[in-house]
This record gives sequence, structure tokens and C-alpha cells, in this order.
Amino acid sequence: MIQTLLQYLQYPFVRYALIVGVLIALCSSLLGVTLVLKRFSFIGDGLSHVAFGAMTIATVLGISNEMLLVLPITVLSAVLLLSAGQRAAVKGDAAIAMVSVGALAFGYLLMNIFSTSSNLSGDVCSTLFGSTSILTLTVREVVLSIVLSVLVVAAFLLFYHKIFAVTFDETFAQATGTNARLYNLIIAVIIAVIIVLAMNLVGSLLISALVIFPALSAMRVHKTFLSVTICSAVLSVACALAGMLISILGGTPVGSTIVAVDALAFGIFTLIGRIKGGISHA
Amino acid sequence: MALLTIQDLTLGYDNRILAEHVSFSVHEGDYLCIVGENGSGKSTLMRTMLGLQPPMAGQILFGEGLKSSHIGYLPQQTPVQRDFPASVREIVLSGCQGRCGLRPFYTAEEKALARRNMERMGVLPLQDRCYRELSGGQQQRVLLARALCATGKILLLDEPVSGLDPQATAEMYAVLKSLHREGVTLIMISHDIAAALPYATHILHMGARAFFGTREEYLDSAVGRRFTQREVEL
Repeated sequence: MIQTLLQYLQYPFVRYALIVGVLIALCSSLLGVTLVLKRFSFIGDGLSHVAFGAMTIATVLGISNEMLLVLPITVLSAVLLLSAGQRAAVKGDAAIAMVSVGALAFGYLLMNIFSTSSNLSGDVCSTLFGSTSILTLTVREVVLSIVLSVLVVAAFLLFYHKIFAVTFDETFAQATGTNARLYNLIIAVIIAVIIVLAMNLVGSLLISALVIFPALSAMRVHKTFLSVTICSAVLSVACALAGMLISILGGTPVGSTIVAVDALAFGIFTLIGRIKGGISHA
Repeated sequence: MALLTIQDLTLGYDNRILAEHVSFSVHEGDYLCIVGENGSGKSTLMRTMLGLQPPMAGQILFGEGLKSSHIGYLPQQTPVQRDFPASVREIVLSGCQGRCGLRPFYTAEEKALARRNMERMGVLPLQDRCYRELSGGQQQRVLLARALCATGKILLLDEPVSGLDPQATAEMYAVLKSLHREGVTLIMISHDIAAALPYATHILHMGARAFFGTREEYLDSAVGRRFTQREVEL
């Protein structure tokens, strides 16, 4: 088995996939805690469908570098969703659900009407579930992913304390002179970048899993914000690696395998949390 | 010069007026209690004082070098906070965030300040505990320590005893009393006039006939007398 694995690792596209996969897993886990706590668990879903819609527009218009269109549209939607906050007419989960299904339907409609490929359902399926696109990355895409990941991690480290303050108590932060609106905006931009990145790995239907699972698992066991954040980052990278290796060896779809491993980890962590909780209460 | 002067404020949102002609001032060392019915504009007044929303008319003047961001604030707890994975130390330290500006990390001074305030509120032994595992009274003291990190001068408290059991309520009032004795100016919103009255130096009664004055003046006023008579009948 190890030999087969080493043999696969000879191929550059497998190595690229592993590098990008690990980076995406790392980035997507960082903001998971914040999004879960702000009750925005489904924003990953909503935004990834927006990215899907944007991608179909790019395809229809024949734009060769899809990122140029997909990234700005996704960032814009993220900003609108997260900053609308309390005052919007349609807010919270309803707004996300609306944007999510709307973009999905619109994207599929566009693809159907202006179809350029003979295998339409295959195209749609691979955008939704990621399937093999992670294994067909070009060097340029790998470099782009690395640059974006470094930016995301750097931004997270720089704004870590501010993200904490704004997540725990936005009103207090705003009242005592922290520019909560600005940091909400930064959170929105970071999450949009992560989602556009992650589409390659797991496709737009499963992104939420990548964002939410590690954070939820870490929250079962750990009790401080710092330890939850570190744990969810480590866990996310480990699950992504394990998922990708399994899928390479077993020939399973990459995205769903990673999510399955994440779900398994959540089960294990819940159990650990129960046992630990049981002991400390006794 | 007063710390805070509120001049002829009109409060409300979305073109709905909740209260008009609200005027009062807060001096250093005051313990102002804001009472009134639900919907009389108490919370809106507080949000306006904190600079979270603009007044519909009138103005708020800050004196003695005070800025709206220098007001420490004890909000009512949100559901998000009840299951938030964070240690006491992390939460208290976040009270220093307003001083940071764009600086990404806390200085040693700020960490020392957080430590002092945890000690002051008696939560230092809990500093590594998880916030969501604390009792309601302990959580309130943690949030008070955080508010004290944002300011040493003036605290705004939004229903600080709501949801606390009688013993924790008594403890909370005692903590507030000792802060007041240390020279911290307090502004407290409360719907429980009877419990708040013994501690306050000034009363603002929001409502159709608003009243502002010292506690003694309040007890002599029509609004206050109505309240005290009601107490006698009970």
C-alpha cells in the first residue's frame, strides 16, 4: 500500500493536489469557530453556490481566467450577507438560504441555456462535488492557491484578537472603540477567498463541511478560543490529508471522502468530550 | 463640568419616537439609575450614549476628556455567549481591544491591567476556566472585569442582575457598590426600582412624564411617591 502511495507521489499532479488540499483545509478551519458562533454556519454553502453561479457566467462569457470574475462576485456577496446584520429586510439564515438556492438555480439555468459542452450533467456534477478538478491543477493555480492561503493565514493571525472581540460581543467591541464593522468586513472577505479556493477541493456542495466540521469537533473537547482554533486547524489538515490519501488509494471521490473523514472525526471528538465531561462532573 | 451632558434628546428608531426632551447630566462619582417601563426608551438611550446609534434630535456632550469609546459597558448576555468556548482571561483581555487600534497584539501593560481587573472582581482564580461553565453571577463579574479594562471611569450597566438568583443579585449589587466607592461612575438600567433605589444617588425615570433628580428629590416627586406608595400597599 505504501509502495502504491509512493508511486502516486511521483506524479506532480498528486503532489500539487496534496499541497493545495492541505492549505485549503488549514484556511477553511480558521474562521469556522467564528462562523459557527455567529450563527453563520451555512454561509459557506450560500457563498459557494454564488461562486458556482459566477463560474457559469464566466463560462458562458468565455472568460478564460474564471477567478477574475468569481472572486469579486463572491467577495461582494459575502460582504452583503455578513454586513447586512440586523437591519436588513431578509436576514440571517433566510438571506443565506435565498442567495444560496437562487445562485444555484441561476447557475444551472445559464449552463443549460448556453451549454458549450456535450457533457452538461458531468460538468455540473464536477462543479458541485469537486470530483477530479483538484487533480488537474496547473502550476499557476497551485501558486495562486499558495499565495491566497498565505494571505488568509496572515490576515487571520494579524486580526486574531479583533476577530475574537467581534465574535464574542460585537456590541461591546463597537461601543468601546473597536471598528466592528471593518472587522466584519474583513471576516467576510477572508471567508469568500477561502470558499473560492475550496471549490477546487470539495466542490461547492460540500464546502460548509470543510468550514464547520473541524470547528464543531474542536469545540466538543476544548474550552478556550485559542485551543479550539489550533485544534480545529490541526484536525482539518489531518482529515484532509487522510481523506485525500484514501481517495487516491481507493479511487473514491476526493471531496466526499474528506468530508466523510471530517464527520468521523466529529463523532470521535463528541465521544471524547462526553467522556471528559463525565469525569469532570463526577 | 459634567462627565456626560444629555441635552433635549429625542430617542427612537425607524422614525418611531420613544422618548422626547430627555435631559440630564452625570458627574464624576454619580450612581445614576435609569428606570422606566418596557418600551420607554431605556435601551435606546443607552445605545445612543454608547454611540451605537445616532440620536434623532438633541445632543450628548462629553466632558473632562471623556469620549464615547471610554465608557465601559456591561451588556445583557446574548445566546451566542452562553456557549462560547473562551477562557475567562481571553474575555477580560478583549476589553483592552479598544485601546489597540490597529496593533494586532496586546502589550504587557494591557495584560497586567486585565489581571488587576480580574483580581478586583474576584475572578482571578477562574482565569483559565471556560466562560460557559461559570455560574451566572461569575459570568457577570467576568464581563464587569472586561468593562473595567475599557475604562476606569464610567460604567454603563444594562440590567446587570437580570437572570441572576437572589444571592447572586445581592452579590452583584455589593460589587457595584464597592466599585462606586472606589470612584467609578455608574449608570445602571434597571426595571427593578425597589432593589436599585437604595444604592443610587440619582434617578432618571423614563416615560410620559420623565423625571431626573437625586434620589431624595425622586422620593419626594409625584412619580416617586406613586412608586413608594405602591410599595406601602404591597
